[in-house]
Amino acid sequence: MNYPENLKYTKDHEWAELVAENRVRVGITDHAQSSLGDIVYLELPKTGRELKPHETFGVVESIKAVSDLLSPLGGKVVEVNAALASDPGRINTNAHGEWMVVIESDTAKSQFQALLDASAYSSFVKTL
Amino acid sequence: MLKRTPLFDEHKKLSGKMVDFGGWELPVQYSGLTLEHDAVRNACGIFDVSHMGELRVKGPGAVEFVNHVTTNDASVLAVFQAQYSAFCNPEGGIIDDLVVYRLGEQEFLLVVNAANIDKDFSHLSTSLALFPGTKPVLTNESDETAQIAIQGPRAASILQELTPVNLQEMKTYWCAPGLVCGENALIARTGYTGEDGFEIYTGRESSKKIWNSLLQVGSPFGLLPCGLGARDTLRLEMKYALYGHELTETTNPLETGLGWITKLGKTGGFIGKEAIARVKAAGQTRCLAGVLSIGRGIPRQGYEVWDETRSRIIGHITSGTQSPSLKRAIGIALIDKIHERSGTRVTVKIRDDFHEFEVCKTPFLEKKKEN
Repeated sequence: MNYPENLKYTKDHEWAELVAENRVRVGITDHAQSSLGDIVYLELPKTGRELKPHETFGVVESIKAVSDLLSPLGGKVVEVNAALASDPGRINTNAHGEWMVVIESDTAKSQFQALLDASAYSSFVKTL
Repeated sequence: MLKRTPLFDEHKKLSGKMVDFGGWELPVQYSGLTLEHDAVRNACGIFDVSHMGELRVKGPGAVEFVNHVTTNDASVLAVFQAQYSAFCNPEGGIIDDLVVYRLGEQEFLLVVNAANIDKDFSHLSTSLALFPGTKPVLTNESDETAQIAIQGPRAASILQELTPVNLQEMKTYWCAPGLVCGENALIARTGYTGEDGFEIYTGRESSKKIWNSLLQVGSPFGLLPCGLGARDTLRLEMKYALYGHELTETTNPLETGLGWITKLGKTGGFIGKEAIARVKAAGQTRCLAGVLSIGRGIPRQGYEVWDETRSRIIGHITSGTQSPSLKRAIGIALIDKIHERSGTRVTVKIRDDFHEFEVCKTPFLEKKKEN
């Protein structure tokens, strides 16, 4: 699997993309979608919700399995990808392109930089 | 250490995604759950179900003993006919569900769930020791036996290319011993998908040749190898019960929709009969109902089912999924019988929210007309 260099990753299998100094987009990794199989349901938070790092912000379900979505960083949910929630199967074909929420925080950049880079995440996945 | 079937290496070659299924390392999917599910509904799929258990009861007293430990009436079976049945405990709880194949006047093959093999064998051994009549011989052949299921509208055409047994003449729930790819096997017109199809019982060594030949001959017909994921969605769309979900030692056959295989009037009775007869006399209070999502939430095992007004819990979900055929969330629920009528609105508690469902007719998927 190919993990883009511009994204950072967590051991919970989420990715983050810094889209502004104080904003990060979040999705799940290709490894996560592949483990889940055919994704059929996505439950996302309301905008305005405050999240701590690793806090559950939603749920993704495949036909077989239910999995929590864990926030890679602390901050406030400022955007939710409602279009993805109505067609969650797109995650299977483009996991690293389909974002779920945008999280805003004054410390977004430093929190982002502390996450795993592509090669560290890729090595981690190989140990699973 | 997880147990492996004789086809483990074949699953790896096919890039099957292996998971721990009740102590067995089995493929949950190969090419994708929905693709595999659709292959079985529209063309054909093969499943390695070698983890299933095979117990043989043979010799004088076999009919009486099988009838003593199972709820259905095995004495009415002709040789090479099969029936769905159950083992119950004296309290009427279900120890396992099984298929009984009559292979001779005094010979039966009992095919049981993998997770229950040891429990079933121990239950039957104890029951045999206490059995007052002539005692047949009971053997556990699970380790030596492989089983491949070939299911779907094209199953008969594909399998016919590999066996001299005339499959057109074989009716549903009948079986015949014969060669498949030149290997000894028992071919049964049974399955767990709601489609036409066969289950092939054979020796461990023969199974690889049969599996690979089916893949090769079946591929032009659209045959796909299918994993446990598709097996579950296929059976759920038909509302077929799965042990550990719909059936447990604390549910009885009447409330789980197995009244049709519970023959309270058969000669000699059976273990659990008195308890089940009491339930029948008192009137059953619960039933298994199919529920269909009005919205998008997917029901899963253990979720609470509440009444429409969310004033009280009326039961729980025993199995649920997103139906690949219907593209809607479906579930089987063990609920108070007063809510069983189709069209009744109920709510399912999914995480912190209540989601609307309606009780619906089952099977969820209407059976296609026989060809």
